[in-house]
Amino acid sequence: MLRVSEIPTKKAKHVNKFGKLVLEDGTVFDGMGFGYSTTVSGEVVFNTGMSGYTEALTDPSYNGQILTLTYPLVGNYGIPNILEKDEDDIKKYLESDRIQVRALVVHELSLTASHWNLAMTLDEWLYNEKIPGITGIDTRALTTKLRTQGVMMGILAVSEKEIDEQALKAQLASAKKYNDEEFMAIVSTKEPKTYGTGQESIIVVDTGVKNAILRNVRKMGYKVICVPWNYSIEKILSYEPKGVVIASGPGDPIKCVETMSTAKSLIERNIPTLGICLGAQILGLAGGASTYKLKYGHRGQNKSCIDLDTEQVYVTSQNHGYCLDPDSIKNTDFRLWFTNTDDKTVEGIRHKEKKILAVQFHPEASPGPFDCMFIFEELKRLIGEDNAKN
Amino acid sequence: MYSIPVNPQYVVSIIESERPDGLMLGFGGQTALNCGVKLEEMEVLEKYGVQVLGTQVAGIRATEDRQLFKDSMVECGIPVLKSKTVYNFEQAKEVANDLGYPVIIRVAYTLGGKGGGVAHNEIELHEIVTRGLNASLVGQVLIEEYVGHWKQIEYEVMADYHGNNVIICNMENVLSMRVHTGDNIVVAPSQTLDNYEYQMLRSAALRAAKHVGIVGECNIQFALDIDSDKYVAIEMNPRLSRSSALASKATGYPIAYMAAKIGMGYTLPELVNRITKTTTACFEPSLDYIVCKHPRWDFSKFDLANRSLGPTMKSVGEVMAVGTCFEESFQKAIRMLDIGNDGLVANRTSDKIYDIEDLEDKLQKPDDRILYHVAAALRQGISVERIYKLSAIDPWFIGKIQNIVVAEKSLKESKLDSCVLSAAKKIGFSDKQIGRLTGKDDMEIRKMRKEYGIIPVVKQIDTLAAEWPAKTNYLYLTYGGKTSDFEVVSDNEKIVVLGAGPYRIGSSVEFDWGTVNMVWGLKENGVKEVSVINCNPETVSTDYDICDRLYFEELTLERVLDIAEFEKLTGIVTAVGGQTANNLTPNLAKNGIKIIGTSYEDIDRAENRSHFSKVLDDLHIRQPPWQAFSSLTDAKKFALKVGYPVLVRPSYVLSGAAMKVVWSEEQLKKYLEDAANVSPDYPVVITKFMLNSLEAEVDGVSDGKNVVIGAVMEHIEGAGVHSGDSMMCIPPWSLSNKIIETILDYTKKIASAFTIKGPFNLQFLINSDQVFVIELNIRASRSMPFVSKFVKMNLISLAAQAVLGKSLPVIPHDRWRKIHNYGIKVPQFSFMQLEGADVILGVEMQSTGEAACFGESFYDALAKGLISVGYSLPKEGSVLITAGGSENKEKLLQTALLLKSLGYKILATEHTAEFLSDKRIGDVQIVYKISEPERKPNIADMLYQHKIDFIINVPSTSTLEKYVGMLYDEYQIRRKAVELGIPVLITTELADSFAKTLEWLRHNETTKKPLESYETIQ
Repeated sequence: MLRVSEIPTKKAKHVNKFGKLVLEDGTVFDGMGFGYSTTVSGEVVFNTGMSGYTEALTDPSYNGQILTLTYPLVGNYGIPNILEKDEDDIKKYLESDRIQVRALVVHELSLTASHWNLAMTLDEWLYNEKIPGITGIDTRALTTKLRTQGVMMGILAVSEKEIDEQALKAQLASAKKYNDEEFMAIVSTKEPKTYGTGQESIIVVDTGVKNAILRNVRKMGYKVICVPWNYSIEKILSYEPKGVVIASGPGDPIKCVETMSTAKSLIERNIPTLGICLGAQILGLAGGASTYKLKYGHRGQNKSCIDLDTEQVYVTSQNHGYCLDPDSIKNTDFRLWFTNTDDKTVEGIRHKEKKILAVQFHPEASPGPFDCMFIFEELKRLIGEDNAKN
Repeated sequence: MYSIPVNPQYVVSIIESERPDGLMLGFGGQTALNCGVKLEEMEVLEKYGVQVLGTQVAGIRATEDRQLFKDSMVECGIPVLKSKTVYNFEQAKEVANDLGYPVIIRVAYTLGGKGGGVAHNEIELHEIVTRGLNASLVGQVLIEEYVGHWKQIEYEVMADYHGNNVIICNMENVLSMRVHTGDNIVVAPSQTLDNYEYQMLRSAALRAAKHVGIVGECNIQFALDIDSDKYVAIEMNPRLSRSSALASKATGYPIAYMAAKIGMGYTLPELVNRITKTTTACFEPSLDYIVCKHPRWDFSKFDLANRSLGPTMKSVGEVMAVGTCFEESFQKAIRMLDIGNDGLVANRTSDKIYDIEDLEDKLQKPDDRILYHVAAALRQGISVERIYKLSAIDPWFIGKIQNIVVAEKSLKESKLDSCVLSAAKKIGFSDKQIGRLTGKDDMEIRKMRKEYGIIPVVKQIDTLAAEWPAKTNYLYLTYGGKTSDFEVVSDNEKIVVLGAGPYRIGSSVEFDWGTVNMVWGLKENGVKEVSVINCNPETVSTDYDICDRLYFEELTLERVLDIAEFEKLTGIVTAVGGQTANNLTPNLAKNGIKIIGTSYEDIDRAENRSHFSKVLDDLHIRQPPWQAFSSLTDAKKFALKVGYPVLVRPSYVLSGAAMKVVWSEEQLKKYLEDAANVSPDYPVVITKFMLNSLEAEVDGVSDGKNVVIGAVMEHIEGAGVHSGDSMMCIPPWSLSNKIIETILDYTKKIASAFTIKGPFNLQFLINSDQVFVIELNIRASRSMPFVSKFVKMNLISLAAQAVLGKSLPVIPHDRWRKIHNYGIKVPQFSFMQLEGADVILGVEMQSTGEAACFGESFYDALAKGLISVGYSLPKEGSVLITAGGSENKEKLLQTALLLKSLGYKILATEHTAEFLSDKRIGDVQIVYKISEPERKPNIADMLYQHKIDFIINVPSTSTLEKYVGMLYDEYQIRRKAVELGIPVLITTELADSFAKTLEWLRHNETTKKPLESYETIQ
């Protein structure tokens, strides 16, 4: 017999509960509840990625949302040790310190999880973090509904007892709408945090940053200083950063007024800056463009974007509900850089003269393909130009 | 379109005459790829200015040559296994000692892992290396570390000339690295990889493809450690492969179509997703279901074949199942195989209790029943962890199998209510399985669950998980959903055509040709909505643009009825899908489904031996004496009366159930005892086996009155070799006009007597100038594409008219005789892959494919046919002749004389040599049997030293007594020769034709004319 080492295998524990999902339009989905028993409301969205639930669930951009995964088998490889950190004190396997989604909707929660770095099962993690989940849902039917009618509010209840549908509907009617919620206070850091060491540093404006952004900036060789979303330009400049990254995050970019004014100053001062996702929208708004909400967003790992400069196409990871209006960009100092090959939406802009880059997709991946890491290199190149001048 | 051998010699002549600008190498499998590499080496491409489109030859080499491959992987930062290329055994021994056993031996430039193997010691190393060096076109093999317990993961890459590249699909092999991916149970997408592992391998795949210069499509295979994120690249296929066909069907992304466009210079973003018609082809499909591919093996057709699974591929076909959970996909896949199993558990043969030690041994050495053994192990209380350690199957998959085993138990023990029933259906239990476990009939279960409202929903495969609106007609059924994606609402005439299921011995692409042409024919004849049900990812009928709706589904009664109800259809065509579709006819008809074409009653009359026989008697048409028996005593009496040998077969041919020629009472007794099911319900039919007969067949179409004759074909081998294994010739090469007239007359009479409305095939035996009818198949036959191409008349197009009740045009019955060409169909065998299998042919079919070649003379066509299926036709050299029995020796005399006069050196075993010398064929070298290795010169040595160029080995008594011990020596010769790629001619007819072909080639060259298109028939 060959030497075969053991693989950690665990069985689901927090399952077999009652579960019910009710949408704004009155549609009801019954399933089996798992994770934590509670009732939550939020915007129901779907993601078409086929793996990477650990990363997706901890992405702050999902704050306020009930996430549906279109891939039917979820939880297969469980959850790794969520406490593990890398040498820079950044969580190794998570994108933030906790689960960010309000609730999780899947077709089939795997009752067996096995993987060499498994520490617990998905239902166990949800339970620990007080998040409800529902399984046994016809997620394709749900997705088709969201695609045709657009994303909508929903309420999910998980309980040990039978769930009262009428009560849920009433609760949903009075629930706060996603568009009215304020997310920055929830997702952003309260105090500046420093990761790693180095001669030169980059400021990351935390509008709901993913750890993968921090990891990638560290990989470029810079010290990372992560600051609150509403940090003033003066405070930012006091660190003498070589560059700035305005991070991804949840909600309507219009609500990030303070970040927008910081962005304006960054553009004026021509400080090498990269905006990612929400950060890209904020930079666009700061430059005079406008944004709008997509019918059902772009959430997945298979989105192709074309680099208009080179005509190269990249498969990108995306997670956004809002985006920049292409017509509005015409009257700004920005030009189109990337567009979505399928619906031609704006996927990236860059300033015509200044060292300002913005991409709507997630070059840091996690989850998703690594193909666009070069975006970070591009920021590094712009910083290099600055350094050469000085 | 040329129907000629794909080898450099023939392709060069086409290049010379056609002067093409471009050449595509990636679409014809390994054969085309090898041919392209050779053409480039011969500088033919340069000479004629032919540009290779897609991946260039340098790129092909960088993936095909083991060492170059490893070097290029290291160059682009992808780890590989430690290994070394060797050219002889001594080097191999040294490398193996360095790496430590076990090691795996891989062969360069060959098909399907042919000739490779795992060696645990020096003796095995010697055996495999020697075989591998001979199988390799370049005489090299690779000795490598063995990582059998690692995960085996594959990625399919598309890349264009401009640096755009995407992954279409990744796949995970359930049976780890231990088993060749062609023999593995494969799921798509991968199930046990986390995001980082998925993306790490994805990036590596794209980097590798870019580095070697892939343009178009390629497949790359990785081994991933189970215990860390360590990985290595194993191999790359710079061409369309079995895996890419699977990936296409699994995702709905038409890989081959896109690869062709890319070869012509299009970029990926320029191309449009063929399913959505609005989004780009430059994306990565997102699945919202799980696909399970299951191989089909046909070991039971081969005596002595070793059923174990390992690095050499042995399967002959595969199926793909789509579902929303692993259990559902997997159990569906088992049913699709059409091997008589209704799922993983609760099959007809009650699940066996094993000895634990025996079971543990079986888990360590996978064979074709490995997952059944996993289920048995779980049932008998072996832990998931222990099973994993023994089998190297990821615990996640074992956990899923456990769900099936647990459900089996609960079905057996608890009351069958809607909850239990619905749970069982969700994890893929068929009504038959549920019925068997609860002591009910499957139709009762069907009725019950319909009352409960437990019916499957129809979902679309749309490449992007419902994110974009897609008007796709590519469908599957599942219990993992609440609503169907759409409903069939139209009042149009709706017809479903049943496909043929997996390729297997006896059913290959011929039936797929039939299915596709039937669909087209029905459309041409005005049927508004034509759907197909099929489950074989290697087929054209499962391309979603062939029909109006494609159900990638099981060809089982339960599923076909589900679809019929969803479709509210007019009727079903079962006449073009071979045996699988045909077998469904009675039960579909009994359930009120209209059979389009010949009526069920008429088909039944033809299938029922007594009815059929009665009709023949009434028509005064001869048939060999036969009788059906339900007791051994009566059978023995009958056999004695008509005289041995007799042909014995079960009345209803089950898959794997054997037909055998029996030569003695002793044998008859043994065989009937083995075929346990001899009972009044399952009588055995015994027919007089007529020795020294010729065989002929007719393919035709009838509308009930008028009969269109496709052609009369004659077999080259005598009767007794299965018609699928026999070479066939149009026109008949030895039959007299009188006999042909009789055959045509019988055909017309029989077609009318059974009011056939559609295609049929009729088989005849000719003995002492008398014509006997041996079989009628009221359906499309294996030879119809061959006949259609020969007569330039598409028989299935005509059949489409006939099944719809339209009258057929009147076509002269000798139309086929006016074509002054010869067409020969030659079977392709895969004995090499089947370790231990004997090459002897019998009444059970064994070939896995075929080639059809056309020529101006018999030998012109035959030469091309033989070359196409891999025979080398040596211009000079040595032939070994060994023949058993004086009759065979006599028959071979002329052949030996001819070969002698052509200058071939003749080698023979003692008795044959003595006989030849007696007949004044001098200068015959005596060689000794493999079983007497001390006597030199020995056949084994001469085979290994390539001192024998071809072998004529006709076994004694008959070709059919495979298991007689005294023939073991001959078996050894045939087996060694097959392993070394030396042609073996096993019938006197074949030997004679082969020798005459060699003579013909002395003075002639084969013709290279394009195939002509079908003529319009009015």
